[in-house]
Amino acid sequence: MTATLVPLVVLLPLIGSACTLILGGNRRLQVMVSTATLSAVVVIAAVLLALTQADGPTVVYLGAWDAPFGITLVVDRLSAIMLLISAIMLLGVLVYSIGQGVADRHRETPVSIFHPTYLILAAGVFDAFIAGDLFNLYVGFEILLSASYVLLTLSGTGERIRAGVTYIIVSLVSSLFFLSAIALIYGATGTVNIAQLSVRIAELPGSVQLILHLVLLIAFGIKAAVFPLSFWLPDSYPTAPAPVTAVFAGLLTKVGVYAILRSETTIFRENDLGTLFLVVGGLTMLIGILGALAQADIKRLLSFTLVSHIGYMIFGIGLGTEAAIAATIFYVVHHITVQTTLFLSTGLIERIGGATSMTRLGGLLKLSPLLGVLFFIPAMNLGGIPPFSGFLGKTALFLAGAQVGTPLVWVVVAIGALTSLITLYALARFWNMAFWRGRDEVEGYTSELLSSVQEAPEGATIVATRTMPPLMLVATTALVVVSVLLTVFAGPLFDLTTAAAHGIVDPSAYVSLVFPGGVR
Amino acid sequence: MNASLTLLVLCAVMFGSGVYVMLERSLTRVLIGFLLVGNAVNILIFIMSGAPGLGPILGAGVDPDDISDPLPQAFILTAIVINLGVTAFMLALIYRSWWLAQLGDEGDLVDDESDDEIEAGRAADIVRSAAQDDDAIQQIIDASDEEPEEVEHR
Repeated sequence: MTATLVPLVVLLPLIGSACTLILGGNRRLQVMVSTATLSAVVVIAAVLLALTQADGPTVVYLGAWDAPFGITLVVDRLSAIMLLISAIMLLGVLVYSIGQGVADRHRETPVSIFHPTYLILAAGVFDAFIAGDLFNLYVGFEILLSASYVLLTLSGTGERIRAGVTYIIVSLVSSLFFLSAIALIYGATGTVNIAQLSVRIAELPGSVQLILHLVLLIAFGIKAAVFPLSFWLPDSYPTAPAPVTAVFAGLLTKVGVYAILRSETTIFRENDLGTLFLVVGGLTMLIGILGALAQADIKRLLSFTLVSHIGYMIFGIGLGTEAAIAATIFYVVHHITVQTTLFLSTGLIERIGGATSMTRLGGLLKLSPLLGVLFFIPAMNLGGIPPFSGFLGKTALFLAGAQVGTPLVWVVVAIGALTSLITLYALARFWNMAFWRGRDEVEGYTSELLSSVQEAPEGATIVATRTMPPLMLVATTALVVVSVLLTVFAGPLFDLTTAAAHGIVDPSAYVSLVFPGGVR
Repeated sequence: MNASLTLLVLCAVMFGSGVYVMLERSLTRVLIGFLLVGNAVNILIFIMSGAPGLGPILGAGVDPDDISDPLPQAFILTAIVINLGVTAFMLALIYRSWWLAQLGDEGDLVDDESDDEIEAGRAADIVRSAAQDDDAIQQIIDASDEEPEEVEHR
């Protein structure tokens, strides 16, 4: 039963994509097919999580070829959690984009290509989460990246092509790193099966392990936007349409974080890169958030906070204890939800206010109090204000750090607390300007707060429509509710992530799962 | 593990020249660089498959030690297919950015020295034919856009 469900999470979006491509002329059918597909995946992911929680992880050998010869799909608790949260986000953003497309009715987002590409992106994300071997992970990455190239350069305006070129070339380079890493790992161990690698890598000399590890980390680091490999992100994400940016910000970097998490816990369990991770994590937090401080444009600001908060996850992975991994998984779930929601409310701000720069926005709270709530809750959540899940996730990470308690860890914890404060400052400043400031105050307004901010390099003119289509509002509200639910049910969720962490900190459990009879 | 020196040198040369070409500003050269490095990686996978042998089909009288490792070949095939798709997309992207550059709207998008050498008349011809292509594509898009409208009005 479970075994038949696992491949469906990849197959259904692919079939749905083919159907929506055939139905290109009929928007209504297209919308129905893609919504139904992603709803089905949400249900399957929820069932998979429940079954995994009840009966333990599932391993599927495709075509009945036993590991390590065939393609292995593994759904443990970590994969199931990631599948469910990403499916929910993808569905929410899809509904939002339908609302936007129906309202706009122009060529800004040609729906006929949007739906098939979006479903392929979903298939790639899901495939990466359930991949049991490195090469399948690579294929998953390529599926989602190819789809993301199309989504980012949608309708091919000059601005998007320019941003897309940076993104595509950087992604291509990271793919080449990944493929080279696979080649080298295969040469050294003769396998790409993650479970078998976990055993064989440990038998290699330390220097060989280090080289393989670093090549793989560079590939994943580019995708996860870890400093100093994060330079491409703030330039390329903000130019895409709001729903596309939301799903990229929420999910694509987290697929990279998931890959790092998997490789650190399962493939390279014994390593001495913990210090590197802590330093890089601290720098990612600090440099990302300092970038965010200088931005007037909310989309760019949020892109910088996205980079910055990846640092928390890298910090958790660097600590490597079970508590830290559990906190990291919790933080990943929280961050996927909050970052997606924030970008969706930014899309609404764009429609209501006709701008995304805090120097030109004003009086939004009076125009739409509901939008104020929809922006305020995720913004405070991201800033780490109690009692929201951002606060809980950060506290859990800091507590895990305190248990380790080396001087370097305390430094990174301090940086983390500082980053959290600066995030709050950056978002509160935007809130003050865009929501609390009166509409009539915008002209000739001077403030200490605005003295250091920079406008986006190329400000496209946005037409304020002054209306929020109900479907966009419903989707954003639903995702805000999900983020609040993560806070309300933080206890059970934390139990779940602890169980997931328990399942991955000991690689032997993963190995005996894939190879019940032991590794040959 | 035995590795062929010829393949190793070929792989290194392609890697080196590919990275060099990728560092150019022109998108076309970046694409050529990507193709070179992509194929260098494919050769790297091939080197990693160990000594070549018989076709990987097990049958009577075939010693498994004599046959080639089939898995890297499957990797290379997959990588070639992915590279093909990405190359097609990159070509479309290059065409689009060149077209935008011709418009003068985003003139600094492509900084290709060879562009200056194209004679003005020839460039105008290319722009004209490209415009016709784009019009034709736009008509198709328009046609597919209008259909659902009609369905809804009925």
